[in-house]
Amino acid sequence: MGAVSRFLESDLFWSFRRTPTAVLSAIVAFVIVVGAVFAPWLAPYNPFDLASLDLMDAFNPPAFMPEGTAAHLIGTDDQGRDVLSAIMYGARVSLLVGVSATAFALILGVLVGLLAGYAGGAVDAVLMRIADVQLTFPNILIALLVDGVARAVLPREVHDEIAIYVVIVAIGISDWPRFARTVRGSALVERNKEYVLAARVIGISPARIMLTHVLPNVLGPLLVLATLNLGLAIVSEATLSFLGVGVPPTQPSLGTLIRIGNDFLFSGEWWITVFPGVALVAMVLSVNLLGDWLRDALNPRLR
Amino acid sequence: MPAFILSRILQAIPVMLAVALIAFALFAFVGDPIATMLGQEFTPAQRDALVAALGLDQPVPVQFLRFVGRALHGEFGLSYRLSRPVSDLILERAPATLELALCASVLALAIGMPMGVYTGLYPRSPLSRFFLTFSLVGVSLPTFLIGSLLILVFAVWLGWLPSFGRGDTVQLGWWSTGFLTASGWKALVLPSITLGLFQLTLIMRLVRSEMMEVLRSDYVKFARARGIRDRAINFGHALRNTLVPVITIVGLQLGSIIAFSIVTETVFQWPGMGLLFIQSVSSADIPVMAAYLLLISAVFVTINLVVDLLYYAVDPRLRAGRGH
Repeated sequence: MGAVSRFLESDLFWSFRRTPTAVLSAIVAFVIVVGAVFAPWLAPYNPFDLASLDLMDAFNPPAFMPEGTAAHLIGTDDQGRDVLSAIMYGARVSLLVGVSATAFALILGVLVGLLAGYAGGAVDAVLMRIADVQLTFPNILIALLVDGVARAVLPREVHDEIAIYVVIVAIGISDWPRFARTVRGSALVERNKEYVLAARVIGISPARIMLTHVLPNVLGPLLVLATLNLGLAIVSEATLSFLGVGVPPTQPSLGTLIRIGNDFLFSGEWWITVFPGVALVAMVLSVNLLGDWLRDALNPRLR
Repeated sequence: MPAFILSRILQAIPVMLAVALIAFALFAFVGDPIATMLGQEFTPAQRDALVAALGLDQPVPVQFLRFVGRALHGEFGLSYRLSRPVSDLILERAPATLELALCASVLALAIGMPMGVYTGLYPRSPLSRFFLTFSLVGVSLPTFLIGSLLILVFAVWLGWLPSFGRGDTVQLGWWSTGFLTASGWKALVLPSITLGLFQLTLIMRLVRSEMMEVLRSDYVKFARARGIRDRAINFGHALRNTLVPVITIVGLQLGSIIAFSIVTETVFQWPGMGLLFIQSVSSADIPVMAAYLLLISAVFVTINLVVDLLYYAVDPRLRAGRGH
């Protein structure tokens, strides 16, 4: 209980309550996360249960339209799947990939950044040059390339099986340089401070100094970066899936749903595309706005 | 001056070589081109002939040098998927992508600049608030979703504009252009908006913040004190000073526009290089992927080089500041 009350009295929480956009974004994000994580229990139907699918239900419009039924609030797709349930299961995949890819990028970036900042010299120069070069290319291009290589290296059956991990790694690899740069910057600053010298003198290993003394000093900026990166990673995943090279069709994410819906735009079944799109935008926008708020709230110069 | 240019070019070479090495590694170690190209039935003689024809019997460093040499001549071998020379495929598709990228950039500049100037001059007006909200939405909407929504509204519901392809094109030598027919122009509208929207919001925000910065400066206050007309100050003094960063960003973003055309081209089935690349990624067509990678890297490296050199031309401090 002590930790909770301390959080409720903290500056951060005070600033949160005073920022309406942050509160609103947090509510939207919370609803989406709960809906996604507990989809198997909360969703009205199971879109993967082939037995419950009935082609007679296909292309039902949303309930508010003349031919809609209350059984499917926002309609059904070409195979009679309930769009709302598909969105909840899809958001699960999108969130899973987004969070895992961000964690991957974060860990890789922190390790590289600490190594570069602490070792300095040639190691630093080479690692940061790689990061610079990668930063000049758009993330999506790097992710596409990693995905394409994985497709060429792995046999088709194996690739289909682990496609979701391939996407996580591809997006993670495309996002690490920003983390590495931030960590390296503060590692360089902290390295020459007296407490680090003192720790070195009493014989603490460099790896331990980095992880227990330098890393805590960058947690704030890293948290902001990770939040903003989560939004980017979700968009990257959706884009890859939309292009047809992302998660496998057996586990459709929001991007896959939008791609499927795109085929039916012309016959007038707009809800199959539009509602997953709205869910995706709500998710990304709320995460981005939370990230923006966190950046301002943790920046002492703006207080 | 020559030393600066030389060092910049020398820095660009290892980057290109590294990219070439990645592209070559794709060729040399990924997949089995022989099996892909020969299909199910072949004789050992056919196999050996193809191995020799592709140079796969040479040592790896020799293969790499030959790869770089051939890449410099624009030869990337045959596409596994289409069995046609990769260079032909790319030359065929390049005009579509370049025309789209050009239209998107012009659109982003022509609309983003005035919006940025307006929001910079009148930050509190309702229209400015609307523009800023709009730009936030523009940044948050993924490119493919913008494309889908535009198709839904303007092609399906209103039926004003085509939703896929380039319309009728005219051949000028090897260059196929959509600029000379009405249907070509109509086909360009939706893809250009989709591709340019992100750049538009970027330019708008940049011009806005630069304008607000410059308008606070002493020389603008002094110009006002001298009684110079607002229009002359806003456009003659303020806007002119915002142009350098805007040109830099627009230049640097040109590379991203070409890269992001992958998404736009997929949505609109636009027959450009991006669509070619995405088709090669999903069918693991390594030669096309490698060639596209090298081409895009060359574009990026060249743009960065040109921007650096432009800085050098614009900023005298870089010329004098060699002594620190």
